[in-house]
Amino acid sequence: MRSTATTISHEEHPETNLQNNFQPKTNMKPSRRKRTFSAKKTIAFIALCFMSLLFIMPFFWMLSTSLKSPEEVSSKDVSLFPKELRWSNFVEALDAAPFLGYIGNSLIVSILAVVLTVFINCLAGYAFAKYNFKGKNFLFLMVLSTLMIPVQITMIPNFFILKELDWINSYAGLIVPRAAEAFGLFLARQYILNVPNSLIEAARIDGASEFKIFLKVILPNIKPLIAVLVIFTFMWRWNELAWPLIVVSEKSMYTVQLGLAMVKGEHYIEWTQIMPLTLLSVIPILLVFLFFQRYFIQGFVGSGMKE
Amino acid sequence: MYLIKNWYKKNSIAIAPYIFIAPNVILFLVFMIIPIIFTIYISFHDWGILGAPEFTGFQNFVKLFSDKVFWISLGNTVYYTAATVPLSAAFGLLGAILLNRKIPLRPIFRTIFFAPVVVSMTAAGLIWTWMFNPHYGLFNEVLSIFGIESVDWLTSTTWAMPAIIITTLWLRIGYCLVIYLAGLQAVPDSLYEAADIDGANDWQKFWRITLPMIKPTTVFIVVMEVIHGFMVFDLIYTMTNGGPGTSTTVIVQYIYQKAFVEGDMGYASAIGTVFFLIIMVLTAIQLRIGRDDS
Repeated sequence: MRSTATTISHEEHPETNLQNNFQPKTNMKPSRRKRTFSAKKTIAFIALCFMSLLFIMPFFWMLSTSLKSPEEVSSKDVSLFPKELRWSNFVEALDAAPFLGYIGNSLIVSILAVVLTVFINCLAGYAFAKYNFKGKNFLFLMVLSTLMIPVQITMIPNFFILKELDWINSYAGLIVPRAAEAFGLFLARQYILNVPNSLIEAARIDGASEFKIFLKVILPNIKPLIAVLVIFTFMWRWNELAWPLIVVSEKSMYTVQLGLAMVKGEHYIEWTQIMPLTLLSVIPILLVFLFFQRYFIQGFVGSGMKE
Repeated sequence: MYLIKNWYKKNSIAIAPYIFIAPNVILFLVFMIIPIIFTIYISFHDWGILGAPEFTGFQNFVKLFSDKVFWISLGNTVYYTAATVPLSAAFGLLGAILLNRKIPLRPIFRTIFFAPVVVSMTAAGLIWTWMFNPHYGLFNEVLSIFGIESVDWLTSTTWAMPAIIITTLWLRIGYCLVIYLAGLQAVPDSLYEAADIDGANDWQKFWRITLPMIKPTTVFIVVMEVIHGFMVFDLIYTMTNGGPGTSTTVIVQYIYQKAFVEGDMGYASAIGTVFFLIIMVLTAIQLRIGRDDS
């Protein structure tokens, strides 16, 4: 199997790749429009600066509060910057709630879920894109129809199913039931449709088994899709609250979001402890976003476009 | 064994797809389709925390129709959606138009506007609860610069929902902006050039060219944001838990409340069933719009 030779050419431009399947011109190049007066541009620039300020404010306020002393926070004159940086807030916050454990749980759940979800979505996406079989359209529609169903509609039966399986308060309960999700499958199918059939047929003539074709021909050709799916699944799992709320009741199994949601209800905890915890919960996903921004935006833009 | 292997080899193209979709389809069946059917089934029963479900016919639905809180929560859901969808779309479009030109710091602006999109609703809920704190929060402080009096945001029945809407705008504008930016870049420059020759001003160009050309993008954003609006839960759960009173109770959270706080499984399932029907209608409308569009 010459997997290098089977890599299709659009591989060279992974950054524009995913979108091109859905919409002709979505890469973020500045438009070539006629230059207008610079006065207009100046106004736009000032407006954007003002908007940015509003958008950054909540992040800044979280950071600032995380480093203030409780006395400063509860003083009548609200100040933007802390008088002195009080890093011990973080230590106190982590003493008040076993938050590092929650982060550990969320990491385990998110990473395992990413592996499982991306694998089964690509596999099913491949089947829906490249095979003809009985019931294909029906099954695909069935899956898609669940796209709009919130967890809360299915949560009562799911709670009892989880109980039957003995999956309450377990990683399996947090990961497996939500591993199949329609958005990723839909995206996978759309993307794999564009992999040339000739590659698959060539591999088949070479005697490759169907699964081997998936591993050696399909997967190497859908790297940008995999990147988008990995990042989206991670974000979605890291940020999820409703499902863990149903599955988990024991503190030792709390995920980050569950820990955050519960922390507010506890009376002895101060805002100078809540904000550091919130900050810790946001940092991982913000870092992932800053490093892989391209894929986030591609995923959001690409998911919207029809065939 | 050899026979099975041989048979598989011969028919693998026919069998393989079923094996490939099996994990997905089984999970969907067990944790989605069957639970939905079961929810509908349970909605015709009386089922508390203890004991077995008892068939009661349409009783839950009759109760539902006279349940004030149900109607309030439905109204609040619509209020929330009707406010967040046009506002986040409009601000997203405004930002996209401002950004859709050669401007210094362009990628940085985009990053800043988009960053809240990746923040969890729970974290955003906590940050903004603290922003809205009537005594020590930043929001009233900023308002006071403009001479606006302090508001008890989250503890006021009037202002709690607007506060949640403002939080949602912070979370969602960046999403609309990025989608609109892609839409704007697909509008051919030649249209604007032709308009320039005809002497059209910016305002005319916006109404006559930009807006009609990005209509599919707008439809898509509205559909996505309506789905988002109808399913809002995390934000409300962390910021107000439906209060004060029932002023921010939305339907999804009311289902959760009934089922897992009050333990009334039958009644919660009935609300779930009605909500499921509403979603089906919404989906049908959405498919209709999507078809008309293409």
